[in-house]
Amino acid sequence: MTIVRPYGDTTGDGMVQLSFTLPIAHDKRAEGAAVQLANKMGMDPALLVHAKAMGDGFTFFVVYGRVSHLVDTDKVQVVERDFPLLSAKEINAVIKRRLRRRLNVVGACIGTDAHTVGIDAILNLKGIAGEKGLEYYRELSVTNMGAQVSVPELVETARAQKADAVLVSQVVTQRDAHLQNTRAMTAAFREAMPAGKRPLLIVGGPRFDELMAGELGVDRIFGRGTTPREVASYLVHALIGSTS
Amino acid sequence: MNKLGLDPLVVQRARALAARAGQPVVDLARSHTTVSVERAVLRLAGVSGADSDGIPWVNRLVDAVRAEVGLGRGVALPVFHALATHGLDDVTVLAQKAAAGAVSFAVPESRAEVAAARRAARRATGAGLKIIDRRRAERERLVKRLGDPKQRPWIYLIVATGDIYEDIPQAQAAARAGADVIAVIRSTGQSLLDYVPEGATREGFAGTYATQENFRLMRAALDETSRELGRYVRLTNYASGLCMPEIAALAGMERLDMMLNDSMYGILFRDINPIRTFVDQRFSRQVHARAGIIINTGEDNYLTTADAVEAAHTVTVSQLLNEFFAHEAGLADWQLGLGHAFEINPELPESFRLELAHALLARELFPDAPLKWMPPTKHMTGDVFRGNLLDGFFNLVGALTGQGILLVGMMTEAVVTPWLSDRDIALQNVRYVLNGAGNLHEDFVPAPGGFIQSRAHEVLGEAIELLEAIVDDTMLNAIADGTFGIMKRPADRGKGLDGVARHEDGYFNPVTEALEA
Repeated sequence: MTIVRPYGDTTGDGMVQLSFTLPIAHDKRAEGAAVQLANKMGMDPALLVHAKAMGDGFTFFVVYGRVSHLVDTDKVQVVERDFPLLSAKEINAVIKRRLRRRLNVVGACIGTDAHTVGIDAILNLKGIAGEKGLEYYRELSVTNMGAQVSVPELVETARAQKADAVLVSQVVTQRDAHLQNTRAMTAAFREAMPAGKRPLLIVGGPRFDELMAGELGVDRIFGRGTTPREVASYLVHALIGSTS
Repeated sequence: MNKLGLDPLVVQRARALAARAGQPVVDLARSHTTVSVERAVLRLAGVSGADSDGIPWVNRLVDAVRAEVGLGRGVALPVFHALATHGLDDVTVLAQKAAAGAVSFAVPESRAEVAAARRAARRATGAGLKIIDRRRAERERLVKRLGDPKQRPWIYLIVATGDIYEDIPQAQAAARAGADVIAVIRSTGQSLLDYVPEGATREGFAGTYATQENFRLMRAALDETSRELGRYVRLTNYASGLCMPEIAALAGMERLDMMLNDSMYGILFRDINPIRTFVDQRFSRQVHARAGIIINTGEDNYLTTADAVEAAHTVTVSQLLNEFFAHEAGLADWQLGLGHAFEINPELPESFRLELAHALLARELFPDAPLKWMPPTKHMTGDVFRGNLLDGFFNLVGALTGQGILLVGMMTEAVVTPWLSDRDIALQNVRYVLNGAGNLHEDFVPAPGGFIQSRAHEVLGEAIELLEAIVDDTMLNAIADGTFGIMKRPADRGKGLDGVARHEDGYFNPVTEALEA
């Protein structure tokens, strides 16, 4: 069966629950407004089960109700990540088993960009959104060069640390600085190291178009909302291959 | 209160070990200074504002002095000597001239010149300390007039919009909804800035910059709300990262009430150089002691990286070390919001009893400290219904073990920054537990020799073993070897190391001198 409906307590009943806040004081009218919203969202009948004033001029609602929508599971389209998302434990295990040494990562903000927010979120133990940064992974050896690092310094450090991957963060986008800096960085690595010896080049920042990797000469671009685990999973995928 | 049957001799031994482990670090802190300690001295001497690029004048002045005479004898002597020789009376003006290259610095040599410079430095920084004293007296008056929260624990809520003008109404709304303490989360990355931004700020990443003006604006707004509510609403910020001494001074001058201030957090979680951290730490604790500020330490963080059962004793060790460092710097027990957290995997059998044992151990080891009880974060999955239940059990442990400060857990932890409704539901959860079981600690006595007592004894035993190892190894080596958390942080690496200087003969710091008098 590919056609399904939400399930409350009987097959096909279409029951869902919903909670939300409206920016109006709690009274009869507010409750009517909540039902109206639920109706417009396709809940019919909509049963208002809870309404509570919160602070000045806000009301919180819980609504249960039936929706008539059908879901066709055959027509679901998802964009699949082209690498598996692994846990920290799995990432460490793969590196240990397959690489048999720690994987070296060098990170920096290059150019005049002083915003270490991105690189620190990915590298610092503290991490972001409840996920620890790459420093947390026992099998990753992380060198965080911080902000305003010059391209030659970065290349030198990558060489000295025998970097398997170089992570560059770019937040400032004034006059396309992020694109120019990235091009300068990839050109320098191409010049300094032969193709087989180059570390994986990864750039990240909130304003990059993830499809521009080829054009910028990097192996991968990570955009807004990227988490350390995604980056670590990608590193394992790209440098070591499948996890089996 | 001795519900765990802890042996006073064992507890004494744990404290003695913490003192032995910590003393070399104190010695290290007493024999070094940092750019941020020196900038804090200048801030207390009245230097304020920033140049057109936003670089504070205290940074420009310390950099200028350091370039010419180094930091080994402190900035106070060369700065106040230069002030006299140039016939100036405003240190900010001196900083501006120094930045333009119009002033040169020298450490005074003649006795009379040294004495004159010291006198002037003491007078100027004394004025800054007097502001801190006045602010403390003002807080005491307000608490007396308006009153403390009726219940313990105090309810601690976070705001973090990035824009101080958005934070203010949110903080006021949170206070009206029942928060006793408001914490303004800082912008990501501020801990690694080697300067304190200036002015009111409206753009932060996942938090709002700690600036003197933001402190002032938020304190004024909460004073208004405190009067409206008839209870004094406390304000919290972060004295951590590369600028903690300066932020501590600004907090004292703007009457903040609590500051996050941990002895090792910056080292372990931000890769800040250990020596830089310990020197900055000691100074900032001394300022907090003077300002009557309650510090909050960061032990909860260990449990977000390590397993909360396996690493339970590292929390105890860190609490004992933080207590030693705090007492050494002049903080009283009522100012020690030692941290711990409800982070045991809820799937683990007996997880709630283990949490109770750990929380009660902290309570009994530090009977006069307020203790900061932190909610689950690591095992919050996005299942908000389960999260709300977990937060309820967290609140129950808080009530059962007499925690002083309870950070309100959000069922949407790790999902979104809290919505208005999330905060309301979370506060409802706290109120239900405190109302229904707030005095349950009177009846709650764990069975002698039972699970909870045994577990507490076990954790204390492991803590003593770890402290013994740290004493043998020295604390700097223990940190370098990755004893805390899992991070290896050698003393010759990490951020901010170039801002550290060993004291030379004749080092003079009028603020430290006054704070240690």
